Amino acid sequence: MLKGFVTFVWSMLLVAPALAMQPPAGQSEFRPMSEVPPSEQLPAAPLLIAAYVFFLLAVLFYVWTIWRRLNKVEADIRALDQKTRAAR
Amino acid sequence: MKKIFTPLVIATAVLFAAALVLIARVPPESTMGLVQKIFYFHVPSWIGMYAGIAVCAVASISYLVTGRPAADRLATSGAELTVLFGLVGLVTGPLWARKAWGVWWQWDARLTIALLLWLIFVAYLVVRKYGGPGAEKLAAAVALFGTAVSPFVYMSVNIWRTVHPLTSVMPQLPKSAPEMVPPMAASAFAFLLLFGVLLIARIELGRRQAAVDELYLAHEEGAA
Repeated sequence: MLKGFVTFVWSMLLVAPALAMQPPAGQSEFRPMSEVPPSEQLPAAPLLIAAYVFFLLAVLFYVWTIWRRLNKVEADIRALDQKTRAAR
Repeated sequence: MKKIFTPLVIATAVLFAAALVLIARVPPESTMGLVQKIFYFHVPSWIGMYAGIAVCAVASISYLVTGRPAADRLATSGAELTVLFGLVGLVTGPLWARKAWGVWWQWDARLTIALLLWLIFVAYLVVRKYGGPGAEKLAAAVALFGTAVSPFVYMSVNIWRTVHPLTSVMPQLPKSAPEMVPPMAASAFAFLLLFGVLLIARIELGRRQAAVDELYLAHEEGAA
C-alpha cells in the first residue's frame, strides 16, 4: 500500500514538470487594429523589410541559377556543333 | 508552354505589385502589430511549397509507374521549387517569431516537422545530384516519403500544443479580419503564378538538358 503510494507520488513529481512546461495554446484568430502604436513601428520594420527582401533575393537567385544552367546548355550545344563540324 | 510564359510573367508581376499595395494599406494585427504583415508572404510561401510537393509527388508516382523521363524532370522541378518556397517560409517565420514570440526559433512540433520536411526535399536534390545511375527511382521514393510527412506539418498545430497560430486562423479570416482577405488572396495567387512561371522555366531547362545528353550520346555513337 505504502509502496504504491510512494510510486504514485514519485510518478506525479516526474510528470508534473513536463505538464507544467507545456507551451500555451496557439492563437486561434487575428484581430485587426486601426492604428499602430509608434513604439511598435520601429522594431518591427527591419524584420518586415528583411522578410520581403529575403523573398526577393531568393527568387532572383533561383532565376539566376536557371539562367546560368540554360547558358551552360547552350554552350554545350555549341561545343557539340563545333565537334561535329570538325569531324566532317 | 512558350506562348503562355510571357503573359504569365506579366500577370505575376502585376499581381505582386497589387498585393504589395493591398498589404501596405491593410491595418496591422492588434497584438503582433506591423510584423504580422510578414504573414502575407509567409503563408503563401508554404502554399507554394505544398504546390511543389504536389507536383513532385504526382510526377514521382508517374515516373515509378511509367518510367517516362519527362515525369522525372517534372518531379525534379517540383522538388527544387519545394526547397525554394520552403526556404522562404523557414526564413520569414523566424523573422516574424522574433517579434511575436521573442525568440527566433522554437523546437516545437510545427517548426521542427516543417524543417524536417524541407530537409527531406533537400535530400531529394542531393540524391539527384550525387546519387549516380538509378538515383531517379531512389529520389522518387524520397519524394513520396516527404509527401507522406507533409500533412503532419499542416495538422501539427492541432495535434500538439505549439506556440504557432492554429490552422483555424485562415478559415476564420473572412469573419475575424475581413480586411486582411484581399491582400492575403492577392499574395497567394501571386505566389501560385510565380510558382507556375518558375516551374515552366525549370521544365524547359530540364528538357534542354535532356536534349543535350541525347546529342552527346549520338555524337559518341557516331564517333565510335
